[in-house]
Amino acid sequence: MATVELRFSALPEHVRTARLVAAAVARRAGVDEAVLDEVRLAVGEACTRAVGLHQNAGITTPVKVQLVEEEKQFSIEVGDEAPRSAPGDRAPGSAGGDMDTDEDEMGLAVISGLVDDVEVTAGEHGGQIRMTWPTTPPAAALS
Amino acid sequence: MDLSLSTRTVGDRTVVEVGGEIDVYTAPKLREQLVELVNDGSFHLVVDMEGVDFLDSTGLGVLVGGLKRVRAHEGSLRLVCNQERILKIFRITGLTKVFPIHTSVEEAVAATD
Repeated sequence: MATVELRFSALPEHVRTARLVAAAVARRAGVDEAVLDEVRLAVGEACTRAVGLHQNAGITTPVKVQLVEEEKQFSIEVGDEAPRSAPGDRAPGSAGGDMDTDEDEMGLAVISGLVDDVEVTAGEHGGQIRMTWPTTPPAAALS
Repeated sequence: MDLSLSTRTVGDRTVVEVGGEIDVYTAPKLREQLVELVNDGSFHLVVDMEGVDFLDSTGLGVLVGGLKRVRAHEGSLRLVCNQERILKIFRITGLTKVFPIHTSVEEAVAATD
């Protein structure tokens, strides 16, 4: 089960809320302070992409963000429900316009530039971006 | 935290001071501002990002769009930014090669290259 789970309507104004929640939970989980800016940016990019995919496909269900605190690591999974034409298809522009593809790819470029451990999957029921960061053990975090 | 925008003219340059967060929600406001300036004949823009707390790829897209617009009129778009966390986003996307980035508004306004 996720440590914290967030579902929000696919609207741009809620992406900021997702960033704030993710950063707060990441801090609590022991993600290094210096990395929190990257967490904030990466989760924002992933949510922005999911919102765009839902809006382009006319999907009314919410975007799902799972914040998972594990031993020595913290993961964020951002899931969308936009179906891709073929399983494993990473280019979501196939059903929508070409205009959004550039921004979508820029978002993914930022995520892969920021996060070492990232996994992008997509299929006929939607896609998911999973990002993982190491955490500092609580004892060290207190010192 | 929302986006704040203010513009002023320095010589033949128009300085756009941006504050707050530029993301998928607020970026359209910045886009509108840049489009309006170009439509009104301001082709040499300096975007002062010192008050920006957050910038994502949507914001980068708007800045690139602004650059394309001013270049169509042989204009320029210069950025002022000293914040490492914002500069990092320009670096990982390769946009430091696209935008002249200055350390002060004075330097950006004086630049002619």
